[in-house]
Amino acid sequence: MAKTPNEVTPFADAEPVAANGLLHRRMFLSGGAFFAGAASLSGLLSAQPASAQMATVPDWRKEPGKSFTPYGVPSKFEEPVQRLVTVRANSYPSPGAGSSRTPLHLLEGIITPSGLHFERSHSGVPDIDPDRHRLLIHGLVRQPLVFDLESLMRYPRVSAIHFIECAGNSGGGWAVQPPVGFVGTMHGLLSCSEWTGVPLHYLLEEAGIDPKAKWILAEGIDASGMSRSVPIEKALGDAMVALFQNGERIRPEQGYPMRLLLPGWEGNMNVKWLHRIKLTEGPTYTKDETSKYTELMPDGKSMQFTFPMEVKSVITRPSEGVNMQGPGFYEISGFAWSGNGKIKRVDISADGGASWAEAALQEPIASRALTRFRLPWQWDGKEVILQSRATDETGAVQPTRAELIGTKGVKNAYHYNGITTWEIRQSGLVKNVWA
Amino acid sequence: MFGHKVLLGGMTAVALVVAGAALAIDPPKLGTPAPEMLIRLFDISIPPDGTGLPAGQATAKQGEAVFMARCAACHGERGEGATNDRIASGIGTLQDEVQTFKTVGSYWPYATTLFDYVRRAMPYNAPLSLTDEEVYAAIAYVLFLSRIVGETDVIDAKSLPAVKMPNRDAFINAYTPG
Repeated sequence: MAKTPNEVTPFADAEPVAANGLLHRRMFLSGGAFFAGAASLSGLLSAQPASAQMATVPDWRKEPGKSFTPYGVPSKFEEPVQRLVTVRANSYPSPGAGSSRTPLHLLEGIITPSGLHFERSHSGVPDIDPDRHRLLIHGLVRQPLVFDLESLMRYPRVSAIHFIECAGNSGGGWAVQPPVGFVGTMHGLLSCSEWTGVPLHYLLEEAGIDPKAKWILAEGIDASGMSRSVPIEKALGDAMVALFQNGERIRPEQGYPMRLLLPGWEGNMNVKWLHRIKLTEGPTYTKDETSKYTELMPDGKSMQFTFPMEVKSVITRPSEGVNMQGPGFYEISGFAWSGNGKIKRVDISADGGASWAEAALQEPIASRALTRFRLPWQWDGKEVILQSRATDETGAVQPTRAELIGTKGVKNAYHYNGITTWEIRQSGLVKNVWA
Repeated sequence: MFGHKVLLGGMTAVALVVAGAALAIDPPKLGTPAPEMLIRLFDISIPPDGTGLPAGQATAKQGEAVFMARCAACHGERGEGATNDRIASGIGTLQDEVQTFKTVGSYWPYATTLFDYVRRAMPYNAPLSLTDEEVYAAIAYVLFLSRIVGETDVIDAKSLPAVKMPNRDAFINAYTPG
């Protein structure tokens, strides 16, 4: 008789590598029986004794299923997996100025389903007719050019997996009291997709770059005309005019029919509904790179043009609202990412940072992409302070909240990348706390 | 010809492959020259030196009516904030222990950004509906609310870039190429 996941305890005698039951990551790399148990964590969480109902043949086994659909949607039982939409009480007169968040705590792997990609718009989502959309490139160029979509589709394309993170993500981290909510509530201005499009340098070079051009201004054609200045080095580097997201055309909320993609840099700079690029000598100092998206420091000065999103991680299982179901085996898992390159390692602590165990990193480990980490854990049911700490390939280490606030104060509002701390209570309840 | 060179040796073959790869990714050139009218229509960004600011002028005194009609519902009659951002005063509060107000007056480094943003995006319910004169009028009033300009100061393409914002020198450029 096959064992239920609860009965699979292949590493009951395993030597922990850090306090409070953290086991070695290599246990994921060997042992099929172990994997069988780990893979069915959801089964573990909801494991019920065999009942009479389970011993009957279900209806769906006894009649043909439904026919084919032109565009599939998730099972109706997955209806709770939705973006976290906050409707502002004071949304007048532009209800689309604001954001919705990705339910990161309910997702697996690293790719965010397109319909769950977080939204941030400054005056709503425009309904753009692609046939009437144009991309204008002008300013310090030899010949100002216009591109329609039909033309852009004929250029050589590149694909790459990259996260986009709003610079204001995890902003609750600056607050005096720890925010209450899911990982998605607190950190859900973060998503990761496979983006496909045309390298921007093709188009800039075609227009002929004046050597005096050191920056570009990128502008959307939404009602806010959102615009940001970008250094020419990035524009000529890995910048892309993205046309596709996860294999299909970019969703309207993500900039249909085209957006600027600047891998690893502030989400706000990845201008959606891209319609104009102006090559300039200096930054234009738009509203969103002066009054917003600048970092107010304790000395009253503000850091400006802090473009890459810093190394960061968060444990999604367990996490607030994704509670424990009694002592026993768990897989700790979550996301790590850095706007400066690949994730090199993620360490997990179950004793408030006194001892650490290195987590396994799931392939693919791509540059400026979400990276999934996992670590086996035998929880003894006692109160635990659980944390993850990411290190990227530049050697940058995710700071504690105290270290971050020590440098940046509490009025910054952007670029929060402090370590997230989960307090796991004996009841199994998980709470976000400051440590 | 190609086959002959390959037979000459490994070095030549490698060189050919590299050259071939470079040629293979040479993209097409499918952009069409941008009509001057199109550029004029869309080029609405205004950098700190004021390049591109249109003709027109106004004083805060003239701007009060525009502000009350088009801005005050969301930003408050004195710019104190309502359903949307506080935009006036707060000067000197950036390091305040109790409360910091990042407003146009206390935080924004360039007055030109105000023209750029109001013209492109304000009011929320009707962007691009203000005339250039109305934009000058509205922003003159916004600057006056923080006492950055006087009530009868003329704001135009020449005077706006010369307005010294209180927080102008407090920004540090963190970007270094490479």
